[in-house]
This record gives sequence, C-alpha cells and structure tokens, in this order.
Amino acid sequence: MKYQSQKIALAYFAVAMALFAIQVSFGLLGGFVYMAPNFLSELLPFNIIRMLHSNALIVWLILGFMGSAYYIIPEESESEIYSPKIAYGQLILLVVGTLGAVVTYVFNIAEGNFLFGLKGREFLEQPLWVKLGIVVAALAFLYNITMTVLKGRKTAISNVLLLGLWGLAIFFLFGFYVPDNLALDKMYWWYVVHLWVEGVWELIMASILAFLLLKLTGVDREVVEKWVYVIVSLSLFSGILGTGHHYYWIGTPGYWTWIGSIFSSLEVIPFFAMVLFSFTMVWKGGRDHPNKAAVLWALGCSVLAFFGAGVWGFLHTLHGVNYYTHGTQVTAAHGHLAFFGAYVSVNLAMITYISPYLFKREPYNQVLNMVSFWIMASSMAFMTFVLTFAGVVQTHLQRVNGEDFMAVQDQLHLFYVMRFGAGSVFVLGALIFMYSIFVPRKELISTEAQAAE
Amino acid sequence: MQTKSAARNIFYGGSLFFLIIFFGLTAQSHNFIVNKSTDSAGITDKVRLGKKVWEDKACVNCHTIMGEGAYFAPELGNVAIRRGDKDDPKAFNEFLAEWMKAMPTKAEGRRQMPQFNLSDEEVDGLAEFFKWVGKIKTTDNWPPNEAG
Ligand code: HEC
Ligand code: HEM
Ligand code: HEM
Ligand SMILES: [Fe+2]
Repeated sequence: MKYQSQKIALAYFAVAMALFAIQVSFGLLGGFVYMAPNFLSELLPFNIIRMLHSNALIVWLILGFMGSAYYIIPEESESEIYSPKIAYGQLILLVVGTLGAVVTYVFNIAEGNFLFGLKGREFLEQPLWVKLGIVVAALAFLYNITMTVLKGRKTAISNVLLLGLWGLAIFFLFGFYVPDNLALDKMYWWYVVHLWVEGVWELIMASILAFLLLKLTGVDREVVEKWVYVIVSLSLFSGILGTGHHYYWIGTPGYWTWIGSIFSSLEVIPFFAMVLFSFTMVWKGGRDHPNKAAVLWALGCSVLAFFGAGVWGFLHTLHGVNYYTHGTQVTAAHGHLAFFGAYVSVNLAMITYISPYLFKREPYNQVLNMVSFWIMASSMAFMTFVLTFAGVVQTHLQRVNGEDFMAVQDQLHLFYVMRFGAGSVFVLGALIFMYSIFVPRKELISTEAQAAE
Repeated sequence: MQTKSAARNIFYGGSLFFLIIFFGLTAQSHNFIVNKSTDSAGITDKVRLGKKVWEDKACVNCHTIMGEGAYFAPELGNVAIRRGDKDDPKAFNEFLAEWMKAMPTKAEGRRQMPQFNLSDEEVDGLAEFFKWVGKIKTTDNWPPNEAG
C-alpha cells in the first residue's frame, strides 16, 4: 500500500463482507422454506426473504467494486484519492439507504407510498428515496474517482474501470422508468439488469482482474493492457445486442429470437478470453508472489465465470431451448453460478490480495483462505448441478407435458433438499473465508518470496 | 503502444456502433409493443391499479410473470386464461376474489401465499391487469401450454 487513501477500501470491504454474510444467510433461509414451506410463512414470507437475499447481493457487490476502485485508482494514477471525506460520506449514505430498504421490506413500511414504499420489480425493489440516495452516492463516488484519475497517470486499467463504473450508474437510471405497459416495463428493466451483468460489469471485472494479474505475476503492463481492451471489446460487441436473449417472449418483435441467439452465444467468447488471459499471465509471469490465495482466487474467478456465465448461459440462450426453459430452475442454476463465479469471486480475489497490505503484514491464513475457496466453489457447483437437474425435470413435466406447476414442484422435493445441503456448506465456506481475512493468525506457508506489491 | 491505442479505438468505436444499433432496435420494438403486440388503449385505470398492487406487494418475488421473477409459485402471465372462462369475462375476476380471500391455505407441507387484505377494487384491478397481460401477443405464443 503506497498511498494513505487506499485504506478507504478497508471500510468498504468490511461492510461488503457483513452484507455477504447476510445475503447467504437469507439465501439459506429461502432454501429452507423451499423444503419446509410452512416455516415463517406468515412472519416473513418467501418474497421478503428473496428480496433481502438478492438486494444484499447487489449492494455488497457494488460496495466491493467501489472499494476496489478506491484501492486500485491511487496506485494506477499514482496519486492520493481526491477526497477521502467524500469517500467515507458516500459509504455512510449507502449504508443508511441499505438499512432503510431492509426495514421497509421486513416491516412492510409505507406500503404503496410513492416515495417510501417498496417498488416490487425484481432486483429494483428499493423505495424511491433509497434509489435517489444511491444515485447521489454514485455521483459523489464517480466525481471523487474521476477527479483522482484526471490529476494523475492515466492507464488502460483505470480507464476501463472508470468506464464500467460510469456505465453502472448510467444504466441504473433506467430503473426509474416504470411504464404502465408491462411489456415496455420489461424491455427497459433489462437495460439495467442485462446491460449491467453482461455489459458494464464485465468491464469492471476485467479491469480488476487485470490489476490483480499485473501485481501478482509481474507481466509487462503493455501486455496486460492489450488483453484488457480485447476482452472488453468482445464483451460489449456481443453483450449489447445479446440483450436480445431476454426479448424472446415478452411481446417484442420476432427478429430478437435471431439477434438474441446469435449475439448472446458470442458472449461466451469474452469469458473464455478471461480464462486464457489469467492462465497465460500466471504462466508467463516470472514472479513467485507470496499471496498464493489471491492467485488461486483470480484464476478460479475466470474459470467459474466461464462455466457459470459462459457454459450455463449458453445452455439456455438459444431461443429454441429458452422457449421451454424460460423462467424455470434452469435460470436459477445459471444465475447462481454466474454471479458467484464472476462478481462474487472477483471481489473475494481483490480482498484476498489487498488485506495483507491494509493490515500492514505478510500474507496470512492462506491455507484457510484456499480451503474456503474450494468449499465455496465445489458447493456452489453442486448447487448448480442440482438446480439444473431440477430445472430439466421441471421443463419436461411442466413445459412439455403441461402438468400443473405445484404438482411438478412436489416431485422436485429431493433436489431442493440437496440444494439446501449444498447451500449450508457454502455458508460454512463463506464464514471460513471471512474468518481467514479478519482474524489474522500465524502463517503456515513460507512467505520468503518477498511481496513486491 | 501502437497496437494498444488501436485496440482502444476499436473498443470505443465498436461499442458505440453496437450501442446505436441496439438503441435503434429497441426504439423500433417500443413502437411495435405500443402499436402491435399489446392493447395500449386497453390500459384502463383498473389495469394501472392492478399493476400498482402487483408492485406494492412484491408478488414478483414468489411468482414469475411472462417467465420473469421468482420460481417459487405459478406463472401468472397466463393465469387469466388458465383460470378464466372464454365465454364469461367476469369468471376470472370472481376466481381471483375467492383465491385472494382463501389465502393462506395453511395446508401442511404446501407452499403458502400470504393474505394481502385487498379491497374489492384492488382485486378487480389485479384481475383486469392479468387479463390485459394475458392478451399480449408473444412470439410463438409463449408459454408453450396453459400450465405456464
Ligand atoms: C410468499 C409467496 C407468494 C406471494 C408474495 C404471492 N403469491 Fe400468489 N401464490 C403463491 C403460491 C405458493 C401459490 C400456489 C398456492 C397453491 O396452489 O396452494 C400461489 C398462487 C397464486 C394464484 C393462483 C395461480 C394458479 O394458477 O392457480 C394467483 C392468482 C396468485 N397466486 C396471485 C398472487 C398475487 C396477485 C400476488 C401479489 C398480490 C401474489 N400471488 C403473491 C405464493 C405467493
Ligand atoms: C456474469 C455474467 C452473468 C450473470 C451474473 C448472469 C445472471 C443472470 C441472472 C441472475 C438471470 C435471471 C434473471 C431473472 O431474474 O429473470 C439470468 C438470465 C439469463 N441469462 Fe445470464 N448471467 C450472466 C451471463 C450470461 C451469458 C454470457 C449468457 C449467454 C451465453 C446468459 C444467458 C442468460 C439467459 C438466456 C437468461 C434468461 C433465462 C430465462 O429465460 O429465464 N447469461 N442471467
Ligand atoms: C454467493 C452466493 C450466492 C449468490 C451469488 C446467489 C445469487 C442469487 C440470485 C442472483 C438469485 C436470483 C435468481 C434468479 O432470478 O435467477 C438468487 C435466488 C435464490 N437463492 Fe441465491 N445466491 C447465493 C447463495 C445462495 C445460497 C447459499 C442459497 C441457499 C440454499 C441460496 C438460495 C436461493 C434461493 C432459494 C433463491 C430464490 C430462487 C427462486 O426464486 O425460486 N442462494 N440467488
Ligand atoms: Fe442476459
């Protein structure tokens, strides 16, 4: 850590990890309700549990991105953050907004109120005042980061990271547009959801990975930056029109079946390029970096994202397949592995890399950290398989045979029990990870190879 | 250095190119939805109220509607067709009123839907909303069958 203001990242990641714990706990609770449907059904209905699960996820991922930016940007632009005060202020604003949203959901406050009530569109349920708070915080953040970049060195990594973060904020604005016409509502809703995860967030992911690989492998910056531009080009060239894979069955014109199928299939390529990128860099790089756990997470991230987004995305993206699988457990399987592989893992890679610098010590608890990687990766993979099987059975019985939804769900009980089992193991892995980060102990692996930042 | 700035320019230029095509196509789709695939004139105050209730209660975090949402409870985009009667347009309104009143079933081992204590007007709005959604012309008439 060369710059004092990089310390800001610690506050962001601390809040992010607390929300990560909350997120997976509510996921597990939701998984439990799938098995034991009468549990809490009146005190805390399933829809509230699910909102807490998905909203906590989105918020902590974004806090992680912001924390990463506050760490990366000073080092890349070789200057302190423009204003640490703004940085802490916008964090507080986001925490207040998050607490506000949680209280609104759980206690059903101000229902129906234009400003204070929840807005029941998937993932964008936050009350209007919270959404406005998010916009203010995002603007403060972007101002702060942009000013830092402008006064310092400009690199491809900071360039792409900045563009991704600006895109995140800009596409969020479409969340304020709620037409009365449900088909239109859906079309613009995907401007936020798809253009985030299969568009601008990929820029953020690629630049964070590039930063990590640059530091961990010692490969030449020129090489890394060329890769970055190739990857993000592939992402946006395929991902923008790839939005068409959500415009198959919602009242949009039929040409989307072709545009969506073709371009979203191409979206696999940038994820594969990220695998090639990370492995090539680690092979080529001569540096034996002492933070082995961070290397594992960086490689694991690209591989898991390739499977979750690339392979599991392709599985149901052709319109002939999607006609039958649309909105089944197949979607849930893909959603989990994709989010975990890409955006959860990139954040966990980042925090694994920076925590020794933030705590001013040699890498610590690496074995524990790597154990938690394998626990989380394998339990999430198992959960994905289980949900995929459940989804295939559901697709056949409900979509092909036309059996009643509830009758079909009864037959999937065993899959949901196994999903709960996998979920429990995952939560355990997440807790081990947090312990390994926040409770520094003696190191088991030799850290003789010097940390060269 | 040269190849890097070339890569950067291709990235900016190409992204802008695809973004413009995308905006153009969605503008065309916007028109298509308003004029062709949905009944714009049929968006009455009742339908509007129904959509508002749908959002205020976060029904979408249990149900899917046109295949999007949560996977815990039945698809509702076509519920007016599944539970309605072609010859009696009011049959679905009556079904929904009964259904909303009967929740929760409290049946042991069966997924539960909460009691929302809706007014008659709100339930009627919801019913009109579902009927309106059911009439959206989707490609290949998705969903494949009445089960949704
Ligand atoms: C906590 C989850 C949950 C929420 C929230 C919820 N539902 Fe349901 N809903 C269910 C379940 C579960 C069923 C199936 C119940 C059964 O068959 O016993 C169901 C069934 C239905 C049905 C009958 C569907 C059919 O085809 O038979 C309708 C209509 C319905 N819900 C409407 C709504 C509306 C409108 C809202 C919002 C105001 C809503 N639901 C909110 C869980 C939920
Ligand atoms: C990291 C990147 C990705 C993430 C985080 C992600 C996440 C998700 C999520 C959460 C959904 C469900 C949305 C909903 O609630 O309706 C979804 C749907 C979908 N995704 Fe992805 N995805 C990613 C990349 C991809 C890619 C690359 C493809 C194609 C190759 C793809 C194909 C699809 C399809 C076809 C659907 C619609 C499923 C349906 O019809 O129900 N995704 N994705
Ligand atoms: C980091 C880990 C996790 C991530 C990234 C994640 C992400 C998500 C996402 C994106 C959704 C929305 C899915 C969609 O619309 O397709 C979702 C729903 C859900 N998740 Fe998770 N989740 C995680 C962990 C868990 C765990 C450990 C469980 C426990 C079993 C769980 C259980 C659920 C359930 C039950 C739902 C609701 C599915 C439905 O609508 O029927 N999740 N999660
Ligand atoms: Fe998508």
